[in-house]
Amino acid sequence: MSDRTVDSTATPIVKMEKLNKNFGSLHVLKDVDLSVTPGEVVVIIGASGSGKSTLIRCINGLEEFQSGSLEVDGRRLEPDGRASKALQQIRTEVGMVFQQFNLFPHLTVRDNVTLAPRKVRNASTAEARRTADRLLDRVGIANQAEKYPSQLSGGQQQRVALARALAMEPRLMLFDEPTSALDPEMIGEVLDAMRELAREGMTMVIVTHEMTFAREVADRVIYIHQGEIVEEGAPEQVFDDPQHERTQSFLSRVLTH
Amino acid sequence: MDSNFDFNWEAAFQSIPYLLKGIPFTLMISFGGLAIGFVIGMIFGLMRLSRAGWLRWPAIAYIEIFRGTPVLVQVLFIFYGLPQLLGGPINAVVAGIAAIAVNSGAYISEIVRGGVQSIERGQREAGLSLGLSRTQTFRYIIWPQGFRRMIPSLGNQGIISIKDTSLFAVIGVGELVRQGQIYIATTFRALEVYLMVALLYLAITLTLSLLLRLLERKGLVGQ
Repeated sequence: MSDRTVDSTATPIVKMEKLNKNFGSLHVLKDVDLSVTPGEVVVIIGASGSGKSTLIRCINGLEEFQSGSLEVDGRRLEPDGRASKALQQIRTEVGMVFQQFNLFPHLTVRDNVTLAPRKVRNASTAEARRTADRLLDRVGIANQAEKYPSQLSGGQQQRVALARALAMEPRLMLFDEPTSALDPEMIGEVLDAMRELAREGMTMVIVTHEMTFAREVADRVIYIHQGEIVEEGAPEQVFDDPQHERTQSFLSRVLTH
Repeated sequence: MDSNFDFNWEAAFQSIPYLLKGIPFTLMISFGGLAIGFVIGMIFGLMRLSRAGWLRWPAIAYIEIFRGTPVLVQVLFIFYGLPQLLGGPINAVVAGIAAIAVNSGAYISEIVRGGVQSIERGQREAGLSLGLSRTQTFRYIIWPQGFRRMIPSLGNQGIISIKDTSLFAVIGVGELVRQGQIYIATTFRALEVYLMVALLYLAITLTLSLLLRLLERKGLVGQ
């Protein structure tokens, strides 16, 4: 995107090398290498069950991996979930938006957004509230701050979830199929908020099935198949001129409807 | 017999002031025991959820033992059995409170476990992904939601335990049933007095049900 620049010589914020992940005997991720530079927007595509969600969940330690090396924001994550100290520090710097929103149903919209800054960053109530109201305004739901999540539409809930993650001022944002649980008419409003964020230079790793969005917003697209990165490159390259046969057949299936 | 239906309302009403003397004991034993039982339930319920075997197994043993034996046997054990070990008598009210505590504690442990487990995994993941510690995630996200879901079962357990105290007449605590028995011994009005005893239990449990319904309605905001 024209008004964003990615300095590819900068230290990567995510550095993943030969990462392997097993669920029991199932080999979910196979020797995955992934490097994300600050300011970059990386979109991961692939069929369901290909391991793409598992991959980004490894970045903030929601999934453990069994071998390989993973460094996030300069901190090493160890295999099998060891070194939880580094893990919590990483999580304060890495925000995540989930497919099912996962808002806290017992808290108001505003309290959803202020909880982590107050408890983790020790922000004062007034300060956290100011930040929350600014972010809620930015995602277009300032007038819903006193409501409970169940009183909002899916699209609004997902935008609250975005504001909640941004309130921690993350250096990296992970999106795990953020629009997959939404009614079609609400997908646009969430994608718009994400576009806006990308334009502002946020580093983002996005798992999505929205191919038009991916092409438009991504600096790099990664196609993953059965736990392996099969192809990666600029969106034009991957979408218009896929080199790998598997990528071609995947794209022909998802782009025709 | 000229009539086998000679219900005497006067005798029934006359027994009430005497029966009411039992209510403080019934309430003290049930609510005292339940309060302690709730603390036990929280601790053992969470231990039961632990991944560490040395925490989980003692909790499982406790729950199975006190859920699997009658509360009457438990109170007899405490009142008549424990003094042999301790070398001194135990106050009957204390024994009653202890029995309700350990018995309800076992059930409440399971209620706590069920309530916590019923919270979707995504809630925990959302808390952790925001940088909250595991303890903070539990305290601010899992517990408040889980507790709301526990309220109906906790109310149920409260009602069961209140009624269980009626068994403690056997150790001589002057609670509701015991008062009734004493009154019947001098008046021979079993039908009237036991009906009044039953109605007084019903008054207590209905009040509790009503309070719980209010609490539930309040607690459900935002769910």
